[in-house]
Amino acid sequence: MMAGMTTIVRTISRLLFPFMVLFGVYIILHGHLTPGGGFQGGVIIAASFVMLWLAYSLEQSPIEFKLFRTEVLEAIGGLTLATVGLVGLVMGMGKFFGHVLPLGILGSVFSGGDLPLLNIGVGIEVAASIILVFYAMLRKVGWDEK
Amino acid sequence: MSLNYVVAMLLIALGLYCLLLKRNLIKMVIGLGVMTDGIHLFLISMGYREGGIAAIVPAGMLQDNVAAGFASAAVDPIPQALVLTSIVINICIVALALSMAIWVYHHYGTLDPSEVRRLRE
Amino acid sequence: MRRVVPFIAVLVVGAILIFTVTNNLPPFGSFPQRKLGAFENQSIGQRILENGPRETGATDVVTSVVWDYRGYDTMGECTILFTAVCGILMLFLATRGQE
Repeated sequence: MMAGMTTIVRTISRLLFPFMVLFGVYIILHGHLTPGGGFQGGVIIAASFVMLWLAYSLEQSPIEFKLFRTEVLEAIGGLTLATVGLVGLVMGMGKFFGHVLPLGILGSVFSGGDLPLLNIGVGIEVAASIILVFYAMLRKVGWDEK
Repeated sequence: MSLNYVVAMLLIALGLYCLLLKRNLIKMVIGLGVMTDGIHLFLISMGYREGGIAAIVPAGMLQDNVAAGFASAAVDPIPQALVLTSIVINICIVALALSMAIWVYHHYGTLDPSEVRRLRE
Repeated sequence: MRRVVPFIAVLVVGAILIFTVTNNLPPFGSFPQRKLGAFENQSIGQRILENGPRETGATDVVTSVVWDYRGYDTMGECTILFTAVCGILMLFLATRGQE
């Protein structure tokens, strides 16, 4: 149905895939120190998966895609966001998104209160969302020639 | 008479032209995207300080847990946060519009918006 | 003939926009000065820049605005993203009765 690309493109994309995922995780985790955060890192992780789908075709890609697992991951990311906010309200900080974890030394990775947890939750949700949108649209590529 | 504002307004006018006067659904969606880019450029240009640095505390201004001299040299951070949210919402709008364009082509066989007036028989 | 009226409307709107932008805005690059009524020299962005790194513990002020000072807007945006993806999946992956 969907034709892949040549051997050179397939080899390079298979070699580049782990480095792109690592770069996306770095941008998510350092969201409170450098420009970036949850949304940007999530889109980078999703783009690495879509690159594999475009180089190989959707059926022969080396990473196996399970639909139910990705939908559950997206829901878990959204629920993490709401739960961290409600914990701040309930545990006596007085307001929604009040910090529960301690603010640390300015400039180190373990600082900023609840911010790294919120960034990780949104990163997982955005990555799963973009992968699902691309899968739903790519599955219908040979649609009209049945 | 600065260049940022004039280019932003030109982009909004170009996007409006594409939305009103083109006869193809995909070209209308492209016009929507161009108009959104013009609006974002205008919003970010409103918060600029002459000769300012980005709104991130560099390692040189950090003296034992206090950022010294940073508040008088940085640009406005609020329009950048608003534009971040707006970009994500733009993704959702364009994805849904393109999905509906795919379905229109599947049912009617054409992408002309003046042909898709009747209900499917 | 019926394509002339939208074209003239686009030209008129573009001319009004460019005329407004070059005459009625504060000059480019004057951040804490605003020309609206009583807000002559105050700006909420200035106050966030002064107290931000100390109150939230993050050196990135834009991230702390997105999550700490404007947390409700970001949560609403995540809801919109989730709903849009649900709509796209329903359009493409639902099994239909006929067809």
